[in-house]
Amino acid sequence: MSVDAAAWDALRLSLWVACWATVLAIPLALWVAWLLARRSFRGKGLLNALVHLPLVLPPVVTGYLLLIAFGRTAPMGRLLESLGLGLAFHWSGAVLAAIIMGFPLMVRAMRLAIEAVDPKLEEAAATLGAPRMAIFARVTLPLIAPGILAGAVMGFAKAMGEFGATITFVANIPGQTQTLPSAIWTALQIPGGESQAAVMVVMACIVALAAVALSEALARRVAARIAGL
Amino acid sequence: MSLTVDIRHRFAGFALDVSFDAGPGITALFGRSGAGKTTIINAVAGLLRPDEGRIARGKDVLFDAASGTDVRPQARGLGYVFQDARLFSHLSVTENLMFGSRYAPRDRPGPTLDDVVALLGLDAVLTRAPGTLSGGEKQRVALGRALLSRPRMLLMDEPLASLDGPRKQDILPYLERLRDGPLGLPILYVSHAVDEIARLADRLVLLQDGRVARQGPLFEVMADPAAVPLLGVREAGAVIEAQVLAHADDGLSTLAISAGQLELPGVRAEIGARVRLRVLAQDVILSKDQPRGLSSVNVLPVTVEDVHPGDGPGAAIALKAGADRLLARVTARAVDEMGLAPGMACHAILKATTVAPGSIGR
Repeated sequence: MSVDAAAWDALRLSLWVACWATVLAIPLALWVAWLLARRSFRGKGLLNALVHLPLVLPPVVTGYLLLIAFGRTAPMGRLLESLGLGLAFHWSGAVLAAIIMGFPLMVRAMRLAIEAVDPKLEEAAATLGAPRMAIFARVTLPLIAPGILAGAVMGFAKAMGEFGATITFVANIPGQTQTLPSAIWTALQIPGGESQAAVMVVMACIVALAAVALSEALARRVAARIAGL
Repeated sequence: MSLTVDIRHRFAGFALDVSFDAGPGITALFGRSGAGKTTIINAVAGLLRPDEGRIARGKDVLFDAASGTDVRPQARGLGYVFQDARLFSHLSVTENLMFGSRYAPRDRPGPTLDDVVALLGLDAVLTRAPGTLSGGEKQRVALGRALLSRPRMLLMDEPLASLDGPRKQDILPYLERLRDGPLGLPILYVSHAVDEIARLADRLVLLQDGRVARQGPLFEVMADPAAVPLLGVREAGAVIEAQVLAHADDGLSTLAISAGQLELPGVRAEIGARVRLRVLAQDVILSKDQPRGLSSVNVLPVTVEDVHPGDGPGAAIALKAGADRLLARVTARAVDEMGLAPGMACHAILKATTVAPGSIGR
C-alpha cells in the first residue's frame, strides 16, 4: 500500500507542477511569441536564440545553470529565500524548470498561430474604431486560440515528462520535489522496484492520453468556431 | 462636409503625388491597377502614412506631415469597406455587424441594426457564420458593419471587384439606396470598372501613374475628350440624365433628354423617373446631313465643341446636345473628310443598344 501511496504522491506533485508551469508560462510565452512574430527590434535574434536554448542544451546543463542562478548560495536564490520564495529543493523550483524546458515548444506553437493571422483583419477592426487591446481580445486572441491551446498542451506534456533539469535543480525529495519521472527513475534503481515503476508508467500514459484527448476535443470546437461554420 | 487630399508618397518604383477633393455624394477614384487607388484610400483611412502632405475631412485634420498630425484609424470617423470584405470568421453575421457600434461616440448619429438590415436585405443571414455566405452577401455584411460604426464618411475599395456580373447587379441598387437615402453619407469609391462609376458616382477623379489626370463632376469628366485614353477607348463615353416618358408594348421606352427624345429597350425605371444613360463614344455616329432611312431611330442635332486627336487613327469629338454633352469617337480621316471643327452643327446617331440596362440607374 505504501508503494501506491508514493506513486500517488508523485503523480499529484507532477500534475500540480505541470498545471502551475502551464498556467504561468502561457501569458509569457504569448508575449514573447507576439514579439517574435510581429515586432522588429534590436536583439530579436538573441531573444529567439535564448528562448530556444533549453531545446538544444542537455537538460542537466539547464538544471545546473538554474542551480547556479537560483541555488541557496546564489545571490538571486538568497534574495528569493529571504522573501519566502526559495526555489531550490522546493516544488516551485520544479515549476520553474518545467516552464523553462517547455517554453520553446509553447512559443513556437503560438508564434506560428500569430503569424497565420491576417493583419488585414486587425486593420479592419481598427477602422471600425476598436482600440488596440480590444482588437487583440476580440479578433486576434480568438483566432490564435488553437495555437495557444496547442502550445499549452505541449508545455503541459513537457512539464509532466521533464526529468533532467528538474532533478538537477531541485533534487528528488519524495513528497516535495519527486515528480513522476523522478519517482519512476528512483523505483528502477531499487532491486524489485519494477512493479512500482510499472504502476507509475501506467499513470504517466493515462495522463498523456487524457491530455491529448482533451486538447483534440477543445481544438475541434475552437477550429469549428473559427472556420465560421 | 468634404474631404481634401493632398499627399505624396514613394514606394520602390512608384511615386504617388495627388491632390483632389471629394464632396458630398459619391466620389469615384478611377485608374488602372497600379495607378495608386488603394494607396490613396489606405492613406485616407490611416492605414498608410504618406511621406508628405495633408488630409482633412471638413475642418478636422486627419493627417498633416508638416505638423506631425496623424490621427489613428480608430479616431478618423471613417467606415472602410474592403475589396475582400474582411469579415471576422469567428463571429456571426450579427456580431460582425455590431462589432464597431460600441466604439462610436454616443452622440454621433447613425443607423440602427434594424435600419441596416432593412437597407441591405440581411434578414435571412443574421445568425449565419461568415464562412457560409456568398460573395455578395459578404460584401453587404461588410458594408453594414461599416455603416453601424456610425462613420461620417464611407471608403469603398472596389467593393464589387470580386463579384461576378449578376452578383454586382444585386448590390448596385443597395449602393444607390445608400447614396440617395436618408443617411446621405459621402462616399469615396475606388473602382476600375467604368460601368459602376457611370452608374454611381457624382464626382470623378481619374488617376494615372500616381497622379490625378482629371477631376470634376462625373458628367463633365465623362464627356471630356481628353479623358478618353484614361478611361479606355472602348469604355469612354458621356453619361447624361434622362427622364422616362413612356413604355411601349414592343419593349422600347421613350426617354426625354435636353436635346430631344430617345427610344431605348430594356428600361426598367418607372414613368417619370430620372435615369442615367451611358452613351459610349464608339457607338455614336456623326452625319453632316439629316440622316434618312436608318435602322436607328435615335438621331439628335448636335454642335461640335472640340476635336481632340488621339494617339492612333482615332479622334474624340466633344459634342453639345441641348444642355448635355456627348462624346463621339471617329477616325481622323473622317474628321478631315467631314471637315469637323468647333462650332459646326451636325447630327449624332446613337444606336439604341448603346445604353446597357445595367448602366441605367437612379
